[in-house]
Amino acid sequence: MLKIYNDGRRITASISGDIDHHAARELRVSIDEVIASSRPELLIIDMAEVGFMDSSGVGLILGRLKAVKAVGGELLVKNAKKEIADMIRFSGLSYVIVNSEKRDYSTL
Amino acid sequence: MKRKLINECTLRFPALSRNESFSRSVAAAFAAQCDPAASDIAAVKIAVSEAVTNAVVHAYRDEEDAGRRIVEMTLRLYSGGFLRIIIKDRGKGIEDIQQAMKPEFTTAPESEERSGLGFTVMSSFMDNVKVRSAKGKGTSVTLEKQLTTYENEQ
Repeated sequence: MLKIYNDGRRITASISGDIDHHAARELRVSIDEVIASSRPELLIIDMAEVGFMDSSGVGLILGRLKAVKAVGGELLVKNAKKEIADMIRFSGLSYVIVNSEKRDYSTL
Repeated sequence: MKRKLINECTLRFPALSRNESFSRSVAAAFAAQCDPAASDIAAVKIAVSEAVTNAVVHAYRDEEDAGRRIVEMTLRLYSGGFLRIIIKDRGKGIEDIQQAMKPEFTTAPESEERSGLGFTVMSSFMDNVKVRSAKGKGTSVTLEKQLTTYENEQ
């Protein structure tokens, strides 16, 4: 599921549910449409409602990063849970993560 | 110490992307039997998702009946919370396994946006990842993990 908030210069794509290869296809198409039509300065991907993400999510972020850079914009990922932030860090994309969980649950 | 098989299950499903979430949910439910740490369940879900996605994307690519071809997942739980998962297809096989396991290597078409991190992710979330493949005959990925259970913490 995807909700898009667009104020013309800044787009927030709020994703809910799982991000896997199956879900990524539709997300990609919808987000790319709004990037192409609005040419935002900033695309924020809000992961607050994402419970699961595999490496397909990394592909999704990398692809959108390219798309938004092509129109002169930036991309940030916010509210990622720890496992999801870790998955993004795997790809060397740490710099796009803001305002996300860093707490380590493995010691609880 | 010889491990005793406690439970097993085999799931066969067509190589459709909708089965990525179905199969990882089955694996998570199977692993949950021994009441492991939540982070272990999350790790199993991610590793299974990567392996099944590889089969869906690659095994039967360019075949007409790709969506009807079968992926098989076998789950085995052993005493002490040792989990072995085997994900098998009868597809085209991997030409060069070492190359395929390198981070950011992918043969998927650009439209699929694969990050090439599948095997890297599997290896970092599981204790052991074994890949066997024969050209034209298929691929089998074995994932193993010692789960952290209440029992083996004693």
